[in-house]
Amino acid sequence: MTTAPAPSRSVTARQPALRLERLTKRFADRAAFEELTFEVGRGEVFGLLGPNGAGKTTTVRVLSTLLPPTSGGAEVVGLPLEGGNERDIRRRVSVLTESPGLYLKLSVHDNLEFFAGLYGLSPRQAKDRIEECTAAVGIADRLPDYAGSLSRGLLQRAALARALLPDPDLLFLDEPTAGLDPAAAAGVREIISGLRRQGTTVFLTTHRLDEAERLCDRIAIVSTRLVSIGTPAELTARKSGALEVRLRKPLTDPVKVFGSVEGIRGWRNGRGEGVYFVDVEDPEEGAARVASAVVGAGGSLVRLCEVETSLESAYLDLLDADR
Amino acid sequence: MSARVLVVIRKEFREYRRNRFILVTMAGLPIVLLSILVAETFALPKGISEAELRRPVGEALLFLQLIPVMLPTTIAAYAVMGEREQRTLETVLTTPVTDRELLAGKAIAAVLPAVAISWLLFGVYVGLAEILAPHVVVSQIWTIEQAVAMALLAPALAGFAIGVGILVSLRSSDFRVAQQLAVLAAAPVIGFVALITFRVIDPSVALYAAAAAAVFLIDTVCWRFGIRLFNRERLITAKPTDR
Repeated sequence: MTTAPAPSRSVTARQPALRLERLTKRFADRAAFEELTFEVGRGEVFGLLGPNGAGKTTTVRVLSTLLPPTSGGAEVVGLPLEGGNERDIRRRVSVLTESPGLYLKLSVHDNLEFFAGLYGLSPRQAKDRIEECTAAVGIADRLPDYAGSLSRGLLQRAALARALLPDPDLLFLDEPTAGLDPAAAAGVREIISGLRRQGTTVFLTTHRLDEAERLCDRIAIVSTRLVSIGTPAELTARKSGALEVRLRKPLTDPVKVFGSVEGIRGWRNGRGEGVYFVDVEDPEEGAARVASAVVGAGGSLVRLCEVETSLESAYLDLLDADR
Repeated sequence: MSARVLVVIRKEFREYRRNRFILVTMAGLPIVLLSILVAETFALPKGISEAELRRPVGEALLFLQLIPVMLPTTIAAYAVMGEREQRTLETVLTTPVTDRELLAGKAIAAVLPAVAISWLLFGVYVGLAEILAPHVVVSQIWTIEQAVAMALLAPALAGFAIGVGILVSLRSSDFRVAQQLAVLAAAPVIGFVALITFRVIDPSVALYAAAAAAVFLIDTVCWRFGIRLFNRERLITAKPTDR
């Protein structure tokens, strides 16, 4: 992939690109999201992860000034999210909406020229940026084509080029790979990785866990409220603590054996005879105690190890705990 | 005029060129109307009295005044509705364009072709009348009052139709419903124009100028109301059924 030249940033190095303080959006009596508090650092790729209806798209709409918040506050690229600042914020952020948002009966070039004009670029600047951005997303040769004639993957690349036109301080990507086939989705993820290498601040919403894990420096899991926040490794570590116990023969009374061990949160039978999964508070201490209890009960231990936790299981567990 | 307004106008023209429905409406409606006008008025006998001319010429002139009402409603109803249907409105609203710039660009892009086609049609009609119609018909059509009506009232009516079209488009969920409601809303103004063209109210330069001024005033009210009605939250979040 060719990359666009490193953009100049107007957010100061010490300032976060985004700061939310108990930000809430309600539609009548229904909360789209509430009490969101977190920061996104400059140059960070930040993921907002959550199930359908968790408020991800509405969060992007509020932060990009499309919708007013109900309560709480936020600073976007250093500007308070309040009346009077909307246009200044929109000059410095860019949004890739869930649908590509391009005019299908216009050529890719005419689409990009139109949006460049809305961002206030002069014809000369627009020409240069269109060349740079279409090269960056690999569609420079498709400029004369009508947007409606492009495949879904190419259309999404064109939409990404549009979002990059104003050289934004903060780029919102709302479900950028939704509806794409695996190859097209991989292409879009490659472009986002390129943006990350360039130091572009990206706020990404997705419900694809592999995508979030691969692309994001930090992830916030939301379900209208903030459930958890951290790096993918941190989120995974919070879930860890499951042990796999494999015995030559099943225990005669596993309830009694595991029930007697201190620090066990729960256990369940695994697939196959003599296989158990035990949730412990501390994997190291827990393993020693479980081993001792099993051997003490006459069990013949074949394998005892910590289960590798995926972001998916951490995500499901955190959402489950939030309910 | 803001550069962003020009950007919107250019984009709208590019879209018209690619929109078969708008192209057919812009080209087809004037051709049909011109054919009716020619058939109605050019075949009149040479010895017809002025009183007898009043109805056919009145109808012809009313048709000419309908063009700037009919064409823009089609285009204006498409203005916001088309953006919503293509799911481009949200993307446009994430840019620094203001509501006023966006609506102004769309309104001007709809007014210009409507007025241009009206004037062209009037010119062609008068030209054909000079060649084909009895002199008494020409003297009824090509008057200073009619020239003032086309010069002032036609743009005012086009502005009104667009204002109403955009207002309806902002509140409607379906393009065709928006178009029909816009035409319906324009009916009282068309009725007033009919009274003048049929000479129930005697036409004069002063009357046409006053009528144009009054319609321009209504246009301004529609414009201000349209800006107020442009509710980003509603346009983005409303489902088709509750728009």
